[in-house]
Amino acid sequence: MEGNIAELGKYIGVGLTAIGMGGAAMGVGNVAGNYLSGALRNPSAAASQTATLFIGMAFAEALGIFSFLVALLLMFAV
Amino acid sequence: MATEAHGSESSLVFHPMDQFKVTPLFGEGPVHWYTITNVTLWMAITVLAVILLLVVGSRGRAIVPSKGQSIAELAYGFVYKMIEDVTGKDAVKYFPYVMTLFIFIVFSNMLGLLPLSFTTTSHIAVTGVLAVLVFLFVTILGFVKNGSKFLALFWVSSAPMAVRPLLAVIELISYFVRPVSHSIRLAGNMMAGHAVIKVFAGFAAIAAISPVSIVAITAMYGLEVLVAFIQAYVFTILTCVYLKDALHPVH
Repeated sequence: MEGNIAELGKYIGVGLTAIGMGGAAMGVGNVAGNYLSGALRNPSAAASQTATLFIGMAFAEALGIFSFLVALLLMFAV
Repeated sequence: MATEAHGSESSLVFHPMDQFKVTPLFGEGPVHWYTITNVTLWMAITVLAVILLLVVGSRGRAIVPSKGQSIAELAYGFVYKMIEDVTGKDAVKYFPYVMTLFIFIVFSNMLGLLPLSFTTTSHIAVTGVLAVLVFLFVTILGFVKNGSKFLALFWVSSAPMAVRPLLAVIELISYFVRPVSHSIRLAGNMMAGHAVIKVFAGFAAIAAISPVSIVAITAMYGLEVLVAFIQAYVFTILTCVYLKDALHPVH
């Protein structure tokens, strides 16, 4: 049982960034779910909105990616 | 002492991140910028595959297309429609750049799925260069096309006057964060998917759960094929969105 307390904090922090994954999951799920409920109400308009769907997903996902970025920075840069 | 006891027996047979190691192709030694590595090899294979499809495949220019030609035409039409729908008809002259990005990314993603291959797009160095080039291109294009009117992108004219400076700061941050999210989205998705497959492959060494592991690898592989395409699509469509912002910076 020896080691460095900063190392301990670093790994706990990296683990905590996985919470960000849950936020991204909720965001992307919200986008896809709302798209699907809209698409089932008006299927004729669905095809023209798939690009918007993916843009929305990408923006929601970006925030999850920032938590991944924080994890990478903690692991390799700090 | 505790760490020594764990050692190598209890850890995986191979490390899941080993597949992303950049190693020189010939001999040992440090990697310089001119060293031919496995990244160089797989990027060359990507370019060769693109040439094989788009140049050799469509060389016949037949009225009734061959298999290769119809795939090339399908890819062309797909990207053309995407830039026309998202960016508008006036942006079609930037189609070659967008097409290059899409084809390069989709080919390196798909080639990375071959067993024992190297995924070039799983490295932030590769996707970072692509994203920073898109960012610079779009920013310079915006200023060349619109002059100082390009700054209207950051001045939200539909918002009340009191919150506009605050929104300008937020818009500015979100503008400069674009290359970061643009590159890490692609690299992170590719890296995470391949690492998950390797983790399941590591479980296959344990006899009791190896059937579960093989089923899981198969399922993940199917998902990865989907992700490889969708991430290339997302990268390209975001490039189209940024191009639209540069050409019509009205907020």
